[in-house]
Amino acid sequence: MAQMNLLHAINNALDIAMAEDDSTLCFGEDVGHFGGVFRATSGLQEKYGKARCFNTPLVEQGIMGFANGLAAQGSRPIAEIQFADYIFPAFDQIVNESAKFRYRSGNQFDVGRLTIRTPYGGGIAGGLYHSQSPEAYFAHTPGLKVVVPRNPYQAKGLLLASIRDDNPVIFFEPKRLYRASVGEVPEDDYQLPLGKAEVVKTGADISLLAWGAQMEIIEKAAEMAEAEGISCEVLDLRSILPWDVETIANSVMKTGRLLISHEAPLTAGFAGEIAATIQSECFLHLESPIARVCGVDTPYPLSLEREHMADHLKVFEAIKRTVNF
Amino acid sequence: MNTDIYKEGPVVHSPAFIDGHSVEIPILKILKQDGTTYPDAQLPELEQALAVKAYEALVFHRVLDERMIASQRQGRLSFYMSALGEEATTVGGAAALEDQDMIMAQYREQGCLIFRGFALEDFMNQMFSNEKDLGKGRQMPIHYGSNELNYMTISSPLGTQIPQAAGYAYGQKLQGKDAVTICYFGEGAASEGDFHAGLNMAAVHKAPVIFFCRNNGYAISTPSDEQYVGNGIASRGVGYGIKTIRIDGNDILAVIKAVQLARQHALESEEPVIIEAMSYRLGAHSTSDDPSGYRTKEEEAKWQEHDPIARFKSWMIAQGWWSEAQENEIFARLREEILAAVKVAEKIDKPPVEDLVTDVYAEVPKHLQDQLDELKEHIKKYPEAYPFTAGRI
Ligand SMILES: Cc1ncc(C[n+]2csc(CCOP(=O)(O)OP(=O)(O)O)c2C)c(N)n1
Repeated sequence: MAQMNLLHAINNALDIAMAEDDSTLCFGEDVGHFGGVFRATSGLQEKYGKARCFNTPLVEQGIMGFANGLAAQGSRPIAEIQFADYIFPAFDQIVNESAKFRYRSGNQFDVGRLTIRTPYGGGIAGGLYHSQSPEAYFAHTPGLKVVVPRNPYQAKGLLLASIRDDNPVIFFEPKRLYRASVGEVPEDDYQLPLGKAEVVKTGADISLLAWGAQMEIIEKAAEMAEAEGISCEVLDLRSILPWDVETIANSVMKTGRLLISHEAPLTAGFAGEIAATIQSECFLHLESPIARVCGVDTPYPLSLEREHMADHLKVFEAIKRTVNF
Repeated sequence: MNTDIYKEGPVVHSPAFIDGHSVEIPILKILKQDGTTYPDAQLPELEQALAVKAYEALVFHRVLDERMIASQRQGRLSFYMSALGEEATTVGGAAALEDQDMIMAQYREQGCLIFRGFALEDFMNQMFSNEKDLGKGRQMPIHYGSNELNYMTISSPLGTQIPQAAGYAYGQKLQGKDAVTICYFGEGAASEGDFHAGLNMAAVHKAPVIFFCRNNGYAISTPSDEQYVGNGIASRGVGYGIKTIRIDGNDILAVIKAVQLARQHALESEEPVIIEAMSYRLGAHSTSDDPSGYRTKEEEAKWQEHDPIARFKSWMIAQGWWSEAQENEIFARLREEILAAVKVAEKIDKPPVEDLVTDVYAEVPKHLQDQLDELKEHIKKYPEAYPFTAGRI
């Protein structure tokens, strides 16, 4: 085991993937010699050469189209989009192409070896265009897998699983935690399953569900609630798509209550999808309405960031309301 | 259909590829570094008052950048982007335009706003995202915008302003306005799909827009030789059938001359023009960047010698339009004024919580009003957690 921050863990996973399979490539804006603006690809060009780890021109649409072509050809592209906010110029290539390659060709062609990495999320004074959490747009697209890790250990295991998965995967990295989250990470190869949620802590009165950087927020709120005698079960969804209905439903059948929290705005956020499904799976077990604590339905602001965010205090208040319904 | 576009060139009967590198594009230079002009150079129209205004804007820009980078290092400001070494591209551009011309910038173009007289307080209020910021504290520092000064508010996603500029200019043309749009972008952003979309739309629909590429050699860490192959950005203009010129971007006289002619052409012929200004990004990409990871001190030192402000100053002094005494006075005065303005702006309140939900739509819809009401109740319960807004609910 080694102490790694989230960036180290990602760099380490990329290194393992590139070492094991020489058709694996890492590319994106500033990804080559400089190692990416967050330094997630540091040292990879020195180790694997300019042909396999390189800077691309500044064109997300081109990066993703190029990656789709590479993946269709049988290479294993790991494309970086510098900020999740800038994934939209590539939306067509991802939503209409990556997601539908296999289906439209009757499985004659596919881009299953494709992985897209991109830093997402707020809490870093980034304002409108460096804070978005766009996972719900992609969760609405059949054919993509969407994964969000919460810490270095999860990041390495989930990223290796994403790279080796036979489907295109978008891997959203919580940039607020890049350097802030440090933990024990095995140096060798391991994978964590895609599509499986994790029960981080068991409890009896309410299930709290989040993903990525929002996990810290619900864990903090859970501590506050426990101090008031409310027992919380804490769940990390880990994969937004496909998502683990069974683990969440089992937890809710036990506690009778569910609170979902994400950074993205409330309306049409992924919490809405979860709430609808859990309501139909667990209707007779629910003791209160499913609560959603999410971002305000506005673009992500700079100076009113705290007000906009679904922070631990808003979650804590919602826990009390749900338990005392 | 106009079949002229199938114009035949010379016919050959053995294959002849045109080399993508074969396009030769001359570079316009008027002013030498020592402040003299090339003997046969055609100077722009530039009266003393305008020249002094442009020079003062350059100095203001230099001092603002120095002071704001220092403020960022002291932890007073969250972020800053300077235009060190390429100030002439923006100040010169603005000096060649009329006030009614729209400026659509990428982000490193404060020089245009300085020239147009954006108030020092307005710069500061935006950077400190306080309640007096014209953009209401919503965007990161240097995302300025001024409706009054015809400077479109900056959007961070790169290249998006390029097709917008074509549309804006087309609208100006249809309404018979004596105005053009200038659209600034970097050689990095010129890789985006929006660049190609924008140039083609402007060319086909004959929009009076001046596309102005600041080719400063780097897009964050990516040098231009990893950004594109071929003869720069100008050669793309040729491909789209757009009138194209390349200039020395550190030569303000060349910038002014090219933009003056481009404006005239855009208006008279109702056509786009593309200008590629060759310069160098002397500073870091932003205060979050460290260029020592991707380029040498020697390379930077070489470009220090092409300082556009020093070059223009020598010319101004030779004209008898500027003096060392004026120089000392203006630097000292601006340093003081800017520091004082920082001190004022950083103490002004952040925007009130109501500003969270306004301007998302033309009106505040019910669901946002409800979310605001709920938020206010919550803030009242935990005032210490929301220190900027709690006291004012
Ligand atoms: C669509 C998009 N992708 C990526 C970014 C991140 N980014 C901000 S500035 C920049 C480099 C821009 O370089 P260039 O256009 O040459 O302008 P310069 O900074 O050199 O003035 C990048 C990659 C962005 N803002 N928008």
